[in-house]
Amino acid sequence: MNLFDYIRPTSLDEAIAAGATPGAAYLSGGTNLLDLMKIGVKTPATVVDITRLPGLDSIERLADGATRIGAMVRNSDLAHDSDFATAYPAVAEALLSGASGQLRNAARLGGNLMQQTRCAYYQDPKSACNRRAPGTGCAAIGGETRNHAVIGWSDQCIATHPSDFCVPLAALGAVVEIAGPDGTRDLPIDQLHLLPDAASAGGMALHPGELITGLRLPPEAAGFRAYSRYLKLRERTSYAFAIVSAAAMLRIEDGVILEARLALGGVAAKPWRRPEAEAMLRGTKPDAETFHAAAKALMAGAKPSGDNAAKITLAKRLATRALQRAAEGTPGVMPALPASVFPSEPTDRGDHADA
Amino acid sequence: MTLSISLIVNGEQKDIALEDPRATLLDVLRDRVGLTGTKKGCDRGQCGACTVLVDGRRINSCLALAASQDGAEVTTIEGLATGDDLHPLQAAFIEADGFQCGYCTPGQIMSALGLIREGLADNDPERIREGMSGNICRCAAYQGITEAVIKGHKAMTDTGESQI
Repeated sequence: MNLFDYIRPTSLDEAIAAGATPGAAYLSGGTNLLDLMKIGVKTPATVVDITRLPGLDSIERLADGATRIGAMVRNSDLAHDSDFATAYPAVAEALLSGASGQLRNAARLGGNLMQQTRCAYYQDPKSACNRRAPGTGCAAIGGETRNHAVIGWSDQCIATHPSDFCVPLAALGAVVEIAGPDGTRDLPIDQLHLLPDAASAGGMALHPGELITGLRLPPEAAGFRAYSRYLKLRERTSYAFAIVSAAAMLRIEDGVILEARLALGGVAAKPWRRPEAEAMLRGTKPDAETFHAAAKALMAGAKPSGDNAAKITLAKRLATRALQRAAEGTPGVMPALPASVFPSEPTDRGDHADA
Repeated sequence: MTLSISLIVNGEQKDIALEDPRATLLDVLRDRVGLTGTKKGCDRGQCGACTVLVDGRRINSCLALAASQDGAEVTTIEGLATGDDLHPLQAAFIEADGFQCGYCTPGQIMSALGLIREGLADNDPERIREGMSGNICRCAAYQGITEAVIKGHKAMTDTGESQI
């Protein structure tokens, strides 16, 4: 780890002034930043500890039915807040399917949104990486690509965004609250993570010195509470990043879907959502074929970035399955293995076949 | 730039001058406070050997800058026993054979304590395995660990300690 100056500002203005200096990095839970500093990927000159800034650690229900979550709210506190988990069950399930109990206690909302890709080549300072060092190339192309993108990638970068939390947040149309040297602004979460294109490797849409202060879920986001699921395929059923994950939420009345939300994780450099796929479900009755058609529309144009074509099939199957699970109703209690496609009881694994 | 921090470690106040801001809580506990029960495994938040409670929550002390923990109350494995009387969780790990080489055990026990205090252990083996998945045991004593958490939780409930 490089040597750095550590400062702990007591006000947002002071933090932004420090964060806007060249080479500064904001520190919240540290679970990603410190790790990247230890392996030499991040080398900040100044670490600006924002964990004690006032007013960023509450979960509030606003008068219009929206919910605001402060950037310093811990993943575990949010997932276990019973009002929050009842209103947004797929978000709670996604949070609890990510990382470990220890990491969820340390990680905060703002840091999770700012989480870097887990691409092994990004994490190796000796490998070419346009995201880490623009213009150097992409060592992942032609390398180990199981965790890499199958949609929305370019020759600049094939990395995926690793967050579970962001997938249902994207489906729910969350709005990110940002403060910076030029004041405050709101950014739809869909615009927070930039896809790579022919000229750039993508990354975060924040400007130098900006930091996330909170996140709002719009009033309509609580309307999906009865039919919501997050499912996640990974190499082991706990404490692993997603190969593919899916958040599905439905608003159903009298057996008819009035509104649907669907987003995938693990397939692109941002949570992958397409309004046209959701529109296909509006006004239909829950049905496996319609769900599969929506999943296909969501992944239309997908193309392997390496030896990862299987992820395209997995993504469509998982999106279909997540919609089916959502249509069955939100589980009354959080499953023992959050986001698992398998039932908890090892004696009853009868639903392998329906993929 | 020297940073002065103070920690309450196992109930005792420790005032520490940090010459190097890179020190993690793990390093400070082991090298400055002299409590070597907390282990350094991967040093990257992946193995759980460094688990301690900070203000009652279990975290990976290797991924926490000591400077950032200024003022925190820290509980390490050394803070559990009362003299020669083992904490019920420590006794349960022995009784259930919840370890082999023992290197991961302090982290396992601190993680179990955190899990129980979070109210999530629920005596359901599946929920315990899920809740303990941040602690790797390379000897693979997982069956004994799960059993130890159930036994320890029961003993703590009987003595009212799980509510602390």
